[in-house]
Amino acid sequence: MKKLINSPDTVVSDALAGIKAAHPSLSVYLENKVITRAGSPVAGKVGLVSGGGSGHEPLHGGFVGYGMLDAACAGEVFTSPVPDQMLFATKAVDGGAGVLHIVKNYTGDVLNFQMAAELADDEGIEVVSVVVNDDVAVLDSLYTAGRRGVGATVFVEKIAGALAERGASLAEVAAVAAEVNERTRSFGVALTSCTVPAAGKPTFDLADQEIELGIGIHGEPGRTRAPLQPAHDIVATVMDAIHADLPLEGDLLVMVNGMGGTPLLELYLAFNEVTQYVSGHGARISRNLVGNYITSLEMQGFSVTVCRLTDSLADLWDAPVETPGLRWGR
Amino acid sequence: MDAEFFRAWIAEIATVIEAQRDHLTQLDSAIGDADHGTNLARGFTAVRAALADADTPTPGSVLLLTGSTLISKVGGASGPLYGTAFRRAAKAVGDKPELDLPALAEALQAALAGVTKLGAAVEGQKTMVDALAPAAAAFSQAVADGAAPAEAFAALTDAADAGAHNTIPMQALKGRASYLGPRSVGHQDPGSASTALILHALRDVAARQSA
Repeated sequence: MKKLINSPDTVVSDALAGIKAAHPSLSVYLENKVITRAGSPVAGKVGLVSGGGSGHEPLHGGFVGYGMLDAACAGEVFTSPVPDQMLFATKAVDGGAGVLHIVKNYTGDVLNFQMAAELADDEGIEVVSVVVNDDVAVLDSLYTAGRRGVGATVFVEKIAGALAERGASLAEVAAVAAEVNERTRSFGVALTSCTVPAAGKPTFDLADQEIELGIGIHGEPGRTRAPLQPAHDIVATVMDAIHADLPLEGDLLVMVNGMGGTPLLELYLAFNEVTQYVSGHGARISRNLVGNYITSLEMQGFSVTVCRLTDSLADLWDAPVETPGLRWGR
Repeated sequence: MDAEFFRAWIAEIATVIEAQRDHLTQLDSAIGDADHGTNLARGFTAVRAALADADTPTPGSVLLLTGSTLISKVGGASGPLYGTAFRRAAKAVGDKPELDLPALAEALQAALAGVTKLGAAVEGQKTMVDALAPAAAAFSQAVADGAAPAEAFAALTDAADAGAHNTIPMQALKGRASYLGPRSVGHQDPGSASTALILHALRDVAARQSA
């Protein structure tokens, strides 16, 4: 697998240096591998901190800015960041109104953020954590580490970010984050695996005529293997899985997200299939995102994330945002 | 077993983990995200460097610095879990200048208790606990039975190896492998493999010392 890198050991550092150079609206701390809004903290505003392994860009660093995150911690590729980073980020964005930790539901992320929250508490900073766990591909929470946090993370960061920007309290911002998580479900499909730079080869093998259903975002195998089939049929499988868990009705926010290696041409094609499925079920897509938002290096594949909107959630979604990864209204 | 012994153990872990890095990554590719070998190698390399710079006069201080450095450097689930294991072991041994076999047995039990509390895993869920729990139990038993050091350490690693091997037919109920459900069956858990390596390093350092 050809990669545009200098060496596997320096991928994250080299990329962060590029992010720093590209975006003057961000403060990029290269030693700590933390990205914050330039001029942080925003006094009197709840600070939003998230983070995770690198390799999912634009998530999370690309969502730091007005109307969304205040800070993002970058771990090694597909590895959660460490408590030191999270504490550094939390202190950097604490504007006196408390800090929200947005935590994707993976054992590593959960444990490290837990430790960080304790350390922040020791320093007198009020931290509330919200765990995102929208992936319907993980069947049974009782016998697993629980549902993975995937596409809903983007929705949570945007909507909670908007509410924080309006001066809401930590409790209110945390509540809306939890509400978005509750109302959102996702399912992903891979056409290829991906190659972690340090590993040097794909994490798993998929033959030419095979796809992997129910994937996460770390290149690991999914729920089942299936034959390659028309997009129409793949989308039906994806949407059936979501609909079985969260019946599609009313106004929906839908994201068709590329895993990194799938062209926009194909993502729009898939979105067309999604719109037909949704109207076939009597619901309406009132807001959408199509593109690469929460990726898995160069994996070919896509995920669909659906949120059942309320008027107030839609209003928060529409609120201005100015980040490298998402920008409207400003 | 004094501070020097424990520094030697950590150095041996770093060497062994680096040597087995690809193997651990391989295990973690089958049922994970292919970063276990890389993460632990980075962590223990950092620990070795930290110990070279720091003043660690007691076994407890070596274990504490090890645990804290792992938490700061490894990330993922392994960082907090191994970090807590070493930190709890440090707490159990306090500031004793030297440890005898019973003290080491207590430290291993404390490490296990820390891991199970943090990760909420029990035996049979296809995790590092499947190597660490039987190993700590076997070591404690051997020590209680008055075994000589060589025998006690053999019991430790035999149990760890068997435990790690026994994860193969298990379905993962914790961690990233659990997302695969039944597909995780037939693959060894990477955390149990790295635990076995760490305990082998302990046995090898003990064997060298008494040689």
